Amino acid sequence: MRRSSAETAADDISSLLALQLFSDYTLRTVALGSAALGITSGALGTFAVLRRQSLLGDAISHAALPGVALAFLFTGSKAPLVLVLGAALAGVLGTLVVIGVVRTTRVKYDSALGIVLSVFFGFGLVLLTYIQQRPDASQAGLDRFLFGQAAALLQRDLVTMAALGGVALTVMALVWKELKLLAFDPDFGISLGFPMRGLDVLLTTLLVVAIVIGLQTVGVVLMAAMVIAPAAAARQWSDRLGVVTALAAGFGALAGVSGAVLSSEAERLPTGPTIVLCITGIVIGSLLLAPRRGLLWRELRRRRDRGRLRLEAVLQDLQTLELQHPDGGHGHSAAVLSVMSGGALPSLQELERRGLVRRLGDDAWALTEPGRARAEP
Amino acid sequence: MTSGQIEIQLLAVVVAVACALPGTFLVLRRLALVSDAISHSILLGIVLGFFVAGDVNSPLLLLGAALVGLLTVVLVSLLQRTGLVKEDAAIGLVFPALFSIGVILISRYANDVHLDLDAVLLGELAFAPFDRLVFWGWDFGPISLVVMSLILALNLTAVTVFWKELKLSTFDPALAVALGFTPALVQYGLMSLVSLTAVGAFDAVGSILVVALMIAPPATAYLLTDSLPRLLVLAGALGAAAALSGYWLAYLLDASIAGAMATMTGLFFLLAWLLAPDRGLVAAAGRRARQRLEFAQTMLAIHLANHEGRPEAAVESRVEHLQRHLRWEPSFAERIVRGAERRGLVQQHSGRLELTDAGRTVAAEAVVR
Repeated sequence: MRRSSAETAADDISSLLALQLFSDYTLRTVALGSAALGITSGALGTFAVLRRQSLLGDAISHAALPGVALAFLFTGSKAPLVLVLGAALAGVLGTLVVIGVVRTTRVKYDSALGIVLSVFFGFGLVLLTYIQQRPDASQAGLDRFLFGQAAALLQRDLVTMAALGGVALTVMALVWKELKLLAFDPDFGISLGFPMRGLDVLLTTLLVVAIVIGLQTVGVVLMAAMVIAPAAAARQWSDRLGVVTALAAGFGALAGVSGAVLSSEAERLPTGPTIVLCITGIVIGSLLLAPRRGLLWRELRRRRDRGRLRLEAVLQDLQTLELQHPDGGHGHSAAVLSVMSGGALPSLQELERRGLVRRLGDDAWALTEPGRARAEP
Repeated sequence: MTSGQIEIQLLAVVVAVACALPGTFLVLRRLALVSDAISHSILLGIVLGFFVAGDVNSPLLLLGAALVGLLTVVLVSLLQRTGLVKEDAAIGLVFPALFSIGVILISRYANDVHLDLDAVLLGELAFAPFDRLVFWGWDFGPISLVVMSLILALNLTAVTVFWKELKLSTFDPALAVALGFTPALVQYGLMSLVSLTAVGAFDAVGSILVVALMIAPPATAYLLTDSLPRLLVLAGALGAAAALSGYWLAYLLDASIAGAMATMTGLFFLLAWLLAPDRGLVAAAGRRARQRLEFAQTMLAIHLANHEGRPEAAVESRVEHLQRHLRWEPSFAERIVRGAERRGLVQQHSGRLELTDAGRTVAAEAVVR
């Protein structure tokens, strides 16, 4: 079979792209890893944002740093599972401290989060700098937990990320109904006999898992954005929890993949910040464009309403004038109408176009029959 | 100690006290995480200031950074006012974005110059003595020490001059409006102080540890006192103590000074959380245990009073019987009886308990109430 040269060229390009994405080991690993992280943190972040616990993600990701360092110090291993486990334990501990402080002291939630994130992080830095100058251990690789480094992802990292993310999402799907209850009406849940406090702990644990998955790629400092931003963007497009969660996962994956690929292609473009800027772009787009809620639509609606209101006002004014001049038949100038409700001329022209007002002279306007009927209260 | 060490510790103390002053009001106004947002996003301001001035030591950097700090606050409140996202999410959307732009700008265009990412997070406290302010052959000390001292002086002045405005708008914003103050003005004034302080401290201790110094010492002091002046003084003192002990901890471990300072602020908070005289966990546990014993003793008095002078009194007033009637463990019953005896509520005669007059009064009062 003969093929046109154009077809062959197109084939070549697409196969080249596919080849790059599926055979370039690094690129594929990076893309898949970032997708896994985006999906998990996007989906689970939805609950954090809905429950006004957005910044808990920030605290957890910072709190994970000493966990990474301690896991390395105790085991001497840099296996992803070991480091991630250390991070997760420290993240859970940080959350417990936040809850404990809020419950047993008069220090408020925001201060508790601030203390946990900064103190845990500070302690993590002490440990990292301590590890750095020990002669027996090469610490290379721990640094990337600060800002993330997608290019350094290996197959074994990918397996760990995908497995943990898969488990977290499966658990989320299994207790979906209960989590929904927790997010919207926990008191009702208690009255139905659900263990709401247990569910709260479970959900927080899942969030911790979602966060530690992303630490290697996005870094401790910016991981919070991957929890908050996808959900904040998705929330604009729908009022249904299922749709919002799915969209957030999609947005997270999109930002993760595009940011990671960009940063591994371009020189000196750190992964974490690039991914964050990608998701920020998605958020801005959603805030502006989402139907009904979006700012642009809202502005359009406001303009339309204002225009309609102005037309109605001029119509009413004309009717008032007509009632005050019972001889009828003579027009009224735009200037008079402008005194009554301001800037009447464009409205008069628009009304004339619609056949509700007619022009009697150079500057004399009167209601038509349909216009009079419309102005009747 | 070398003079360099003394200067570093002096700088650490000045930074800690300067942070504690505005930090106290952030904690009281539930705006703690604004410090997190500001301390991150000022990085962008520093980078932009650097591009304009072309010099890391230019005062333009301070100005640019302080402005971006304020911009953060404005952006957060604008975003929140759209009604599309909640306040916490708004904070979490704004600062990572601004911080990311800053990091990318540094790593693409300024990496080989003076700004580097480690310094952003860790601070360069140990290098502070090398950058000195020299005028007409006079050495005025490290530049960052001079700058931070000025900021500390500014914070002290602002807190003193606007004392009643700050106090009123913090504790009763509604009354502040009614009396003709403008809480928004106070708010933005405070945010400017936070922003400026964060910029100055950023250089010395890095972005995340600014949060530790602004939030942890005031929150610790908040567990220890109820009066605003004492809160401020205590917060400053705790910050200074954390700065000094942190310095020596870092010296021992040869680790990050800023990190060690943050760790110490956390340790102090933990100590106050556990041991604070009235509100600490230990004091609260002790209070609960004491109340439990007192309650049980009152129960004993009521029990005895109920059966006093009745035929069953002979049985009911035996110590062994309490186990059945009040469902007390033998050892617990023993303890309660001994406690009640010590308080003079009951007396024991050959294994039988009798109420004293004081015991009767206690029982009668408890039942009536």
